[in-house]
This record gives sequence, structure tokens and C-alpha cells, in this order.
Amino acid sequence: MSYDQILEQYPLPQSVKEEIKSELERLKVKKNVAKKIVERCYQAYLANLIEPGEAVGIVAAQSIGEPGTQMTMRTFHYAGVAELNVTLGLPRLIEILDVRKNPSTPMMTIHLEKEIARDREKAREVANKIEATYLKDLADIEVDLRGMKIVIKPDMEALRRKGLTLEELREKIEKNIKEDFEQEGEFFIVKVKEPSYKHLMDVFEKLRDIVVMGIKEIKRVIIRKEGDEYVLYTEGSSLKKVMKVKGVDFSRTLTNDIYEIYEVLGIEAARSAIINEALSTLGEQGLEVDVRHIMLLADVMTADGELRQIGRHGVAGEKQSILARAAFEMTVNNLLDAAMRGEIDYLRGITENIIIGQPIKLGTGDVELIAKLGVIKK
Amino acid sequence: MKVSLQDHVLVPKHEILKESEAEELLKLLGVSKEQLPKIKSTDPIVKEIGAKPGDIVKITRKSHTAGFSIFYRLVIE
Repeated sequence: MSYDQILEQYPLPQSVKEEIKSELERLKVKKNVAKKIVERCYQAYLANLIEPGEAVGIVAAQSIGEPGTQMTMRTFHYAGVAELNVTLGLPRLIEILDVRKNPSTPMMTIHLEKEIARDREKAREVANKIEATYLKDLADIEVDLRGMKIVIKPDMEALRRKGLTLEELREKIEKNIKEDFEQEGEFFIVKVKEPSYKHLMDVFEKLRDIVVMGIKEIKRVIIRKEGDEYVLYTEGSSLKKVMKVKGVDFSRTLTNDIYEIYEVLGIEAARSAIINEALSTLGEQGLEVDVRHIMLLADVMTADGELRQIGRHGVAGEKQSILARAAFEMTVNNLLDAAMRGEIDYLRGITENIIIGQPIKLGTGDVELIAKLGVIKK
Repeated sequence: MKVSLQDHVLVPKHEILKESEAEELLKLLGVSKEQLPKIKSTDPIVKEIGAKPGDIVKITRKSHTAGFSIFYRLVIE
């Protein structure tokens, strides 16, 4: 049958076409009837399109803002993801719209390559490679004040569990400190060059926090089984480093740090991330906001090719009009700066026209009537 | 193994528009180049496809509402 041929003639979105097609196929309609149905569908589609001049931004702002008032103000919530602590609710939504460079609870979802995704042992191996392991987790570190030295006693059991040899541990430590270093059997001895207690304690602190293996930013990894594959959840985030780890399926590696996504994967990925994060944050609270509002928001935030926050330093703060900026925040500063720079307000926007009492350029106000004088005279 | 960033689930398909296609598009939309949304030439995906400032990039997104949608961005410095 050629429902496709009929549908092809109409500029309908793909998802609408598919829906009509599946319905036509289910009912097995004849070709001439199908034509009429599609025509009616197209008319309905046109009637439902948003009107030119409609204030979509305001509608989006209200549609996101109203459910926002019902969100929890509490920062922490123990969400579906195991023992991980993730910022949710209003604080998280604000974080997304403000494009914070360091979210308060960075988190990654890491999928594994198909061959190893079902193997718990292999998943554990990858997790070991990602999770930051400090020297203090692998060894007892003791300060010998009389001898002005530090004794490191590696925990052989912990080493074996992490799949490390004594030799590798030694190399790691040597690379990270500048002091004299000796090995005595299973122990390592660090002798400080400068004979001061303060220096000794500084070296001690430094030794404790040496990252022996894994990625510095990733503080914890949790393995969960989802369907028939193992997925890693991390506390802390470093997309660039994790993507390079062997065994990780980089194409499905996600982080909740939108700025990081922007830096590593570009503006379009950041746009998708904003939509996904905002939608899931709202969804988690049981609030349903139409995607179109969030898509508009994400489009505005990414229109310049860089991430702009919604707020004083971004979208609202960069408005062309002085009056609109002054009406939003920091009134005196904005007016003063504009006066010093000799800026001109062309009164093209909404806020400034309301301030001076003119009709606004929205809806019917956006349409101008031009009379052709010659025609009228006749 | 060299992987393409475009394989990532969050990254939609980016293509450089040919000059003739770009002209046709601007005519159809009735806008000038500068009125299009922007994408930086330092953007990782732009670097990968090798677009230069002044090029128009065609982006085919998967859309929640329309199945897929097409978006254009002008490459800027």
C-alpha cells in the first residue's frame, strides 16, 4: 500500500506521520479515504500550531515556574540510585539554569562495552581503574618523630584486591615526592631532607593523598545491575578521563555536569543534556512539564554557541535594552553604566515599552499596517 | 582506537552545508547568515567535521515531539 506516498505530500513532522500511518494500517483504509483522513489530520495540525507573535517565552517561564513552587526545597534526597547522594528538586533545577561550573553533587553514569557488560568481575576491574584509590587506603602510614622519617606499611591484602604489585606502588610513590626514598622488605621509608617537624607533617599529609590508581575526581564507584548489564555510577565526574578508560562504552557515558558536557562534547550535546536533566529533575518530583517549554529554554541558553545562564549574567543580563536590564536586577548599576557608555535604547523589547507606556510588540501588537497611499486615493 | 565524538548518544548529527545549499536555505528562511543561531569554531564537534567560521552547520536532532528536527547554526570564531 502507498500510505507513504500520500503522507509524503504533507509537511508533517515525522512522529505525526508515523502515528497516522500506523493507524491507517491498523484500520486498513482504502486509498481515497486515507487521502481524506490525512488531509483532515493536516488541517488539525495547522490549527494546533502556535500562532506567530505568541509570547512563547512567557508561557514557558510560567509553565516551568509554577510547578517549581511545589518542588522540595530540601537539597538532599536519596534517589533511586543506590546509596548515592544526588542534589534534587529546586536546588538542582536552579543549578541547571545557572550553568554552574561545579555542580554540588557531580555524578556519572557509565555503561560498559558489550563484551564485558554482563560480567561482574570485569565490571569490578573497570570500576577499580576509575575509582580514585589513595595511598592511605592501601597502606598504614606512620610518622617516626625521633628518626625524622615516615614508614609506609603496605596492606598486602588491599593491594591484591586492587590488582597492584608492590613494585607499582613504589613507582607511584616515588613519582609523587621529592624526598629520599628507601625500601626495606615490604616497608617503604621516606626520610625528609629538611629537618623540621612542620615539613615532616607536610610530607605525611601529601603521602596520604597520593592517588595510586584511578581518576582523581572520581571519589566512589557503585556497580548496579540494570537489566542484564552492569552499570557504574560514580560520585564525582570527569568525562574526558573516564571516556578514555578501556572497557568503558564512551558513547553511553553520561555526567550530570552540563558544563563539562559542553566542553567535551560541544554545544548540541549540552542542549540535549539540559533538556534531559531538567526533565528528569521535574519528573522525579512528580511534576509534568511539556518538553517544548524546556526545549525552548535549552535553545535560548545555547543560541550563542556558548552556554548562557538564565539570570543576571546571562540571558536577562545581556539584553540590548537598558531599561529592560534595569528593570530586572541591579537597577542603579545598569543605568549608571549605560549613562557612562552613552548607550541608546531603541525600545524594541517588551519591558521597555511597558515602562514608557507604549503598546508592546507581541501578538497583534507585533503587526504593523502599511497603507499604500496611491491605492486609497483612487 | 580513534573514536568519533559524534557517536555519543547526546550528540546529534552535524554536517557542513554546501555553499549552494546554504544560499538556498537563507533564501527560504528569509534571514541573513548572522541571524542564525551560532556555534563556536572551537566546539569539539565543529573541529571534528572541520567546519570553518562562516560555514553553516546542519544539525539533525532527535526530537521528543517531532521524531527528528533540523537545526542550523553559523560557525563563528
